[in-house]
Amino acid sequence: MTELPDSNYKEPTSPQKFMGKAIKRVEDPRFLTGTGHYTDDINLHGQLHAAMLRSPYAHAKIGAIDASAALAVKGVRAVLTGQDLADAGVGSIPTGWLLPDLKVPPHPAIAHGEVNYVGDIVAVVIADTRAIAEDAVALIDVDLQPLPAVSLGSQALADGAVEVHPEAPGNVAFQWQIGDKDATDAHFAQADRVVTLKLRNHRLVPNAIEPRASLAQYQAAGDEYTLWTTSQNPHIHRLLLAAFVLGIPENKLRVISPDVGGGFGSKIFQYPEEVIVLFAAKRLKRPVKWSARRSEAFVTDMQGRDHESEAELALMNDGRMMGLRVKTIANLGAYLTTFAPAVPTYLYGTLLNGVYKFPAIHAEVTGVFTNTVPVDAYRGAGRPEATYLLERIVSKAAAELGLDASEIRRRNFIQPDEFPYQTPVALVYDSGNYEPALDKALGMVNYTQLRQEQAEGRRTGQKYIGIGFSTYLEACGLAPSALVGQLGAQAGQWESAVVRVMPTGKVEVLTGSHSHGQGHETTFAQIVAEELQIPMEDVSIIHGDTGKMPFGWGTYGSRSAAVGGSALKMALGKVKAKATKIAAHLLEAAPEDVEQVDGSFRVKGVPEGGKSFFDVALMAHLAHNFPEGMEPGLEEQYMYDPKNFVYPFGTHIAVVEVDADTGKVKLRQYVAVDDCGPIINPMIAEGQVHGGIAQGYGQAVLEETVYDEDGNLLSGTFMEYAMPRAEDMVQIQVGHTVTPSPHNPLGVKGIGEAGTISSTAAVANAVVDALEAFGIHHLDMPYTPEKVWRAIQDARKSQPQAADD
Amino acid sequence: MSTMDITVTVNGEQRQASVEPRMLLVHFLRDELELTGTHVGCDTSQCGACTVHLDGHAVKSCTLFAVQADGREVLTIEGIGAVGELHPLQTGFWEEHGLQCGFCTPGMIMSSAELLRTNPNPSEDQIRHALEGNFCRCTGYHNIVRAVQHAAGAMAAGAQPQSSAADD
Repeated sequence: MTELPDSNYKEPTSPQKFMGKAIKRVEDPRFLTGTGHYTDDINLHGQLHAAMLRSPYAHAKIGAIDASAALAVKGVRAVLTGQDLADAGVGSIPTGWLLPDLKVPPHPAIAHGEVNYVGDIVAVVIADTRAIAEDAVALIDVDLQPLPAVSLGSQALADGAVEVHPEAPGNVAFQWQIGDKDATDAHFAQADRVVTLKLRNHRLVPNAIEPRASLAQYQAAGDEYTLWTTSQNPHIHRLLLAAFVLGIPENKLRVISPDVGGGFGSKIFQYPEEVIVLFAAKRLKRPVKWSARRSEAFVTDMQGRDHESEAELALMNDGRMMGLRVKTIANLGAYLTTFAPAVPTYLYGTLLNGVYKFPAIHAEVTGVFTNTVPVDAYRGAGRPEATYLLERIVSKAAAELGLDASEIRRRNFIQPDEFPYQTPVALVYDSGNYEPALDKALGMVNYTQLRQEQAEGRRTGQKYIGIGFSTYLEACGLAPSALVGQLGAQAGQWESAVVRVMPTGKVEVLTGSHSHGQGHETTFAQIVAEELQIPMEDVSIIHGDTGKMPFGWGTYGSRSAAVGGSALKMALGKVKAKATKIAAHLLEAAPEDVEQVDGSFRVKGVPEGGKSFFDVALMAHLAHNFPEGMEPGLEEQYMYDPKNFVYPFGTHIAVVEVDADTGKVKLRQYVAVDDCGPIINPMIAEGQVHGGIAQGYGQAVLEETVYDEDGNLLSGTFMEYAMPRAEDMVQIQVGHTVTPSPHNPLGVKGIGEAGTISSTAAVANAVVDALEAFGIHHLDMPYTPEKVWRAIQDARKSQPQAADD
Repeated sequence: MSTMDITVTVNGEQRQASVEPRMLLVHFLRDELELTGTHVGCDTSQCGACTVHLDGHAVKSCTLFAVQADGREVLTIEGIGAVGELHPLQTGFWEEHGLQCGFCTPGMIMSSAELLRTNPNPSEDQIRHALEGNFCRCTGYHNIVRAVQHAAGAMAAGAQPQSSAADD
């Protein structure tokens, strides 16, 4: 056994050749030339195609289903219903996080008895071609009797509201709280003032540009299944499908997620379509494929956010924060999906402390069922919701106190000598130094001059500039497994790595992480090249195939570098230790006298006669001249379970200009200073930040999932759902500070979600800052031209003396 | 359903097929010719992942039927450059980290190629405007703009795009 994993991070003493370098991505040539392999690019001989009949109603009782006309179409092979799955004993799709007293209604892959949202699957056609299958769907005659529906969380809680599931009276899935209520009340009583804010964090569609797709194959000889699917975590899919839904022996099911065109959380979850293609492939003895249309993605990919909250912030007149009270209604949609209960609780309530010194916090969250698409983790998952609420109310407090928005933050920061820091909402922060990031961002945005320009624009009524802050903190690398188990996770949170050195000295790494745009094939190769002192070309990173990896929990929650990368570093340590012993034997020296210099092993102080990495790798496999009793080969595995979360942080500043005549919000400048510890590849890290900011900006200004009162999705295509385009964005100014985490051997924290977590709040604060000129102190997102224009018009009517006279 | 015979020159090679009149050009390329670099990202012609060149002009191959390409020339990402002989735009996207998951990338490159054909030295605003029909959910467009600028600079300095009949 190797020593404990958490050898504390130390700044490297020798110059690094690969780590910290902006090395071009090794995975890019296949994407640039159109030779990547996404799931829908894969076709198998004899494959059939599945098309889904989806409910047009948000809530309806399913009566008789007559599929005779569909079955009469040439090329149609089968029509499957919920009854078929029930008769075959197919299980309910499970949830992977159990809170106390959680209500878990059944979630069949094909609805049975009732449909509960627009998009719920009523029946499935399997046919020779996709076109025939889709044609035949229209010929299925279903007796659907519409029932009243509810789409908004607070309405679902109202007296007399429609009940989505009999198992959840009053539509309550859970009631959860965190923090000390009495202590919070006491601190509120001592405060000089209380700032209140009621806000909606509206619902989003993740919209990875690659639609979900699944292809299943069954081999009767051996009873073996293979599933190619758009997954961020193929082992989780295999586990859920095998143990909970289909009852397939886990060792007979191989799940492969090949190139995946973006995930943002939406490809974590167990979806009905994966169950259906596997079931149909066995029943029809042919491969079966399903690929989502975008319009299907809108009504079936798990959606994100959807909170209605009331917050109160207790303050002293000097801006010192005394306490925070939060009540949130979290709309969970029609069913509980894989991580749904965790997102508005442990990933939200625990983050409400942010970077500030709160004496007390109390938060209550009610999870609610509605007749809408299920809600689960979307980029940031809970942390953007917490950051938005906290950073909005802190900015509102600054405005009410007449304090500068940066100053109120600075006065309340946890100080660098106070780590590890215990918050009132369970978390213990590892390390942090918040003021340098704020200062750097203020410098980059040229703050003093900008405020002057803002004042001048307001004075003349010519220009309405808004400057918005977000001094955010996030929690990445959810861990350790024992802790998350206590909190309700039905999953471990460690990660695996196998380092396989081949006889020729080439290296294959198997990782339980999964890359769907994050560039692991490059960053992980950089870690290997640095540790083993070999060229990056000699390293290949293999991921996304349960047939190859030992086990792993995949990629989400910005865990890959901190957890997957640390697993790799530890496995490499074992390889190096064994390689050094083999080299020492070849050099007839003691292992402690052998060092690796420029890739070669040599006796310390003896530059000549060393053994190359190739020499050692070859001898490891030939074993002709080998240490007594040592096992041949040079392959090591490490399963890394972190001691704690890691806590990246930073300051983002958004600058917008609001056109008072049209209500249009234009992003003018964006500065992001992030601290994710040491950076493995700055080019890749910055790319993650850019993309995250665009997604957060999208929520603040453009994107909104709109349901009507009957649960119909009004924003069901890219025609109605406004995604950020190139013209909406500006060049983003990125800066870094570096505060390593003491918890993992790389010192890294995580960067994949930072942009999204921070930017929504920064942009929202910027828009409201601009609208302060009209006496507007809050406005719910998204800041569409119409909404902003109306708000300005209303403000002008009620305050004719407002700043724009 | 009845079919129609078509002949399309794809990446310089004449291809014949018998297709349903309702088959979209993108499905013809992907399913009949197995040129899977052209992607499908939406069903409303909004995302641009399926962008190819038809007779030298960028088009969304989900907005045309395959039969409309009969007798015409199509250039796809597979025909614009290959490993070892990358188009300057492919090089630009690689150098400037203009992609992450890579799914929108072929369409981005094909749209950018049309821009640089008509405007070899575009401003940042012109690049952003030219890419209005292409979604990227990963990059925030920052590095995509830089990638196009990189390619424009390289082409001005003499780097050649792959020759192709459809580009003439």
